[in-house]
Amino acid sequence: MKTDDLISMLAKGDSSVAGPPAGQRYAIAGGLGAVGAALMMLVLLQLRHDLLQALWLPMFWVKIGFVASLAGASLFAVLRLSRPGASLDGVMLILALPVLAIWAIAAFSLIDADPSERSRLFFGDTWMVCPLLIALLSTPVYLAVFRVMQDMAPTRPRVAGFAAGLLSGAIAATVYCLHCPEMGAPFIGFWYLLGMLVPALIGAWQGSTRLRW
Amino acid sequence: MQRTTREEGFRTKEDRLKTLLMRGLAGENAAYQMFLTELSAHLRAFLRRRLIQLPDEVEDLVQEALLAVHNQRHTYDPGQPLSAWVHAIARYKLVDLLRRRAVHETLNDPLDEAMDVFSNSDTEAAEARRDLNKLLADLPDQQRLPIVHTKLEGLSVKETAELTGMSESAIKVGVHRGLKALALKIRGFL
Repeated sequence: MKTDDLISMLAKGDSSVAGPPAGQRYAIAGGLGAVGAALMMLVLLQLRHDLLQALWLPMFWVKIGFVASLAGASLFAVLRLSRPGASLDGVMLILALPVLAIWAIAAFSLIDADPSERSRLFFGDTWMVCPLLIALLSTPVYLAVFRVMQDMAPTRPRVAGFAAGLLSGAIAATVYCLHCPEMGAPFIGFWYLLGMLVPALIGAWQGSTRLRW
Repeated sequence: MQRTTREEGFRTKEDRLKTLLMRGLAGENAAYQMFLTELSAHLRAFLRRRLIQLPDEVEDLVQEALLAVHNQRHTYDPGQPLSAWVHAIARYKLVDLLRRRAVHETLNDPLDEAMDVFSNSDTEAAEARRDLNKLLADLPDQQRLPIVHTKLEGLSVKETAELTGMSESAIKVGVHRGLKALALKIRGFL
């Protein structure tokens, strides 16, 4: 086929763009995934029994704030990485801010705590299952978000896959907050982050083959 | 002075192509065809200069980049310079080709000036080596027939639906998926 023939083929028929814009599509995918993760959480794990009292504790909101702002930051990164030629300025900084903030709070609480209390603040009661459960809950979100990204045009597929995985991990972690009884900032800053990095690394790995176009 | 003239020429080109693309995305086929034609000349010049040692690959890659521009046109944000978007796509396709061929030595030219993509134009198309018609013939019917009827024979979606017995939305989906599958076939992955 000659290039001119290809051009007339592409230009024939409907050249307009259908479907909602990228931001909306990712929001729908993230929302549907969150519903899936919430159902999994309710069936497999249940809500934390003291959720109503926890709502009054500042640390509960620090925890939610950390994972939700990381979800927002990774959505920002995902949108930039989905579009060829979009500027990536500030993406790293925005992703780093929530992490640095929780680490600052964690460092402060460790310094402030009695030395005998420190290992409890870090390990809590559930460090062995926390990262795995977050990674597990991220599955429905990951499937939905990754599917949307496959219809975009990431020119850096590995990084884009990482961002998509981090977004699913952060949404799953937000859902997980409604179950998880841990309230120590050092715990959140390490084990939650580890749990969110699992889908992110899977995304980077899958991105290098499945996000190419 | 020379730099200013070059920049002015670039701006004019950028604005013109952007107008054509936006009209095309609004459904104006003639403008879209003009956009693709002018773009193909720029892509050809851009890629030819970067594939000095692989001249036979140029036209195939021009076609691949055009198909990518078309399939990924929904990722263009009107607030973004068109040159940056096109440059990123052309560069991605070029690196992808070289990666596939593992011939990184041919990168004898820095690839990072967005302005370069519109600064030259080459309307002289060589013969493409790969025949897209053959790849098209390999697609499954529910993708191939919508493309053949609406994109090659110029039938409307409605007429194609009547002819093939498929629903109108299946025709639209078939065209979209078929062109994406074609892009994957070109890369040798389907």
